[in-house]
Amino acid sequence: MSMPYVVYFCIFVAFPLAFSFFLIFHKWNIVTPMEWVGLRNFNRLFHDIQFFKSIRNTLVFLAIHIPLQIAMALFFAMQLNKKIKFRGFFRALFFLPVIVSGVVITILWEQLYSYETGLLNLILTRFGFYRIPWINSPEWAMPSIAIMATWKNVGLYIILFLVGLQGIPKYLYEAAEIDGAKPIQRFFYITLPALNNTMLLVVILSTIGGFSLFIEPFVMTGGGPMNSTLSAMLYIYNQAFYFGHMGYAATLGFFFALVILMVILIQKKVVERE
Amino acid sequence: MEKKSRIWVYITMTFGGLIFAYPFLWMLSATFKPEMEIAEIGLMSANFSLDNYRVVFNKIPIGRALLNSIFVSSCVTFSAVMFGSIVGYALSRLRFWGRELILGIILFTMVIPFQITLIPMYILMVKFGWVDTYLSLIVPGMISTFGILLFRQFFLDIPQDLIDAARIDGCSDLAILFRIFFPLSKPVIITVGILSFMGSWNDVLWPLIVVRVRELMTMPQMVTLFKVGGQAESQISSQLAAAALLAIPIVIVYAFFQRYFIESMATTGLKN
Repeated sequence: MSMPYVVYFCIFVAFPLAFSFFLIFHKWNIVTPMEWVGLRNFNRLFHDIQFFKSIRNTLVFLAIHIPLQIAMALFFAMQLNKKIKFRGFFRALFFLPVIVSGVVITILWEQLYSYETGLLNLILTRFGFYRIPWINSPEWAMPSIAIMATWKNVGLYIILFLVGLQGIPKYLYEAAEIDGAKPIQRFFYITLPALNNTMLLVVILSTIGGFSLFIEPFVMTGGGPMNSTLSAMLYIYNQAFYFGHMGYAATLGFFFALVILMVILIQKKVVERE
Repeated sequence: MEKKSRIWVYITMTFGGLIFAYPFLWMLSATFKPEMEIAEIGLMSANFSLDNYRVVFNKIPIGRALLNSIFVSSCVTFSAVMFGSIVGYALSRLRFWGRELILGIILFTMVIPFQITLIPMYILMVKFGWVDTYLSLIVPGMISTFGILLFRQFFLDIPQDLIDAARIDGCSDLAILFRIFFPLSKPVIITVGILSFMGSWNDVLWPLIVVRVRELMTMPQMVTLFKVGGQAESQISSQLAAAALLAIPIVIVYAFFQRYFIESMATTGLKN
């Protein structure tokens, strides 16, 4: 009865994996015959400034997205963990952007971010601030996309933290209170350590999500301005389906996957030690 | 809780709620407004009309795209539940040679980033002649490894007595699975169903790669290309109208089954 999986595995997992090992040594645009190029794809990769820039952009995205996401999710989860009315309503509301397609969110936020007519700049100028070139300047564009992605995903992480918070025994807080621990101390000495597993989960899930960053820059900025939002996935997509460099794109994907696994391993080590 | 801190909680929650709700309301209102009035903070306008939606329906076959999306996602969901439960049953309740090996492989494949197999998968679709057919959208999603693991985990807790009794009555394994296990497994069926459906429904990258003909495009893909491909001719309101049309079906379903959605998506937390 496990035959369906075995068949599926052979065709859609094992074969593509093996084929990718084959592709990375070839130059191929699907139409003309394959050409053996040895390690030249890797040689090209290590001299590909754009690719490393795209990885750097993706890391910039993660560096803003992950801390922001953890802070916001933890904050709202702690509010939702209190006995308040409309809890279910707020929970459902925060979760709404999670289920809506990223395309919708991106089209919507492109308008919120619009320099002249966007809601955010309208509110800023109403309160006497300067307009911010959210997606029109190379400095702001990636942070803006990171803020949008946080807005989209934070609902899921609120739920994960909420599950974690509900697993903390009440008596720990009561005992701490009797010992005279202030709320801040209770947060740092009880809540945070107890959430270590959830934290690791949140970090890894948002890292995997962040490394797949594609549709947001694809729809919103096309990778610009000045390639500042060119994510690694977008670059690989362009190499494969815009330029038709299949062998090279497979090499990029292969290398990028190694980067992802390495980053996740490092994160695991760091979080587990703390 | 003291009164003061209670009020503080309500203030922050209301503010937070506004941050999440207002953009959606703003978008919805903008889709009914003429382009000229888009630069407004408020929601109301004297000139509400359906013009923006008319533009979308005239320029792209979005109804067809909706049907494509429903068809593709339903096939993927049905098959992920079927195969997920069958394989999950085998891995949890049957003893056979290679069981541990298969389980190990499943856990291993969950670690592989999809970035590594994306290009080879596309080439596979080309070689199978599946590009620009429904097959390329459906077949690669027919089995969900995570779904298998969820079913396996759930089935492990069903008492062996039930199986033994059914065996004595002469039931086959498939009969045991569908007649005895299924009625007990509503939560896991819903979870795998929702996860597969959402995964398939919201995917854009894969359809962009394997489907180029308009007639087969999924709804998110078509809206993406409407926006990126310049068909919207930089008409902001009609872009937003297309986005709203894309959001509405899933928001309606979410409104009714909100609890199931949240619980199911939260199980992605078990992934690691």
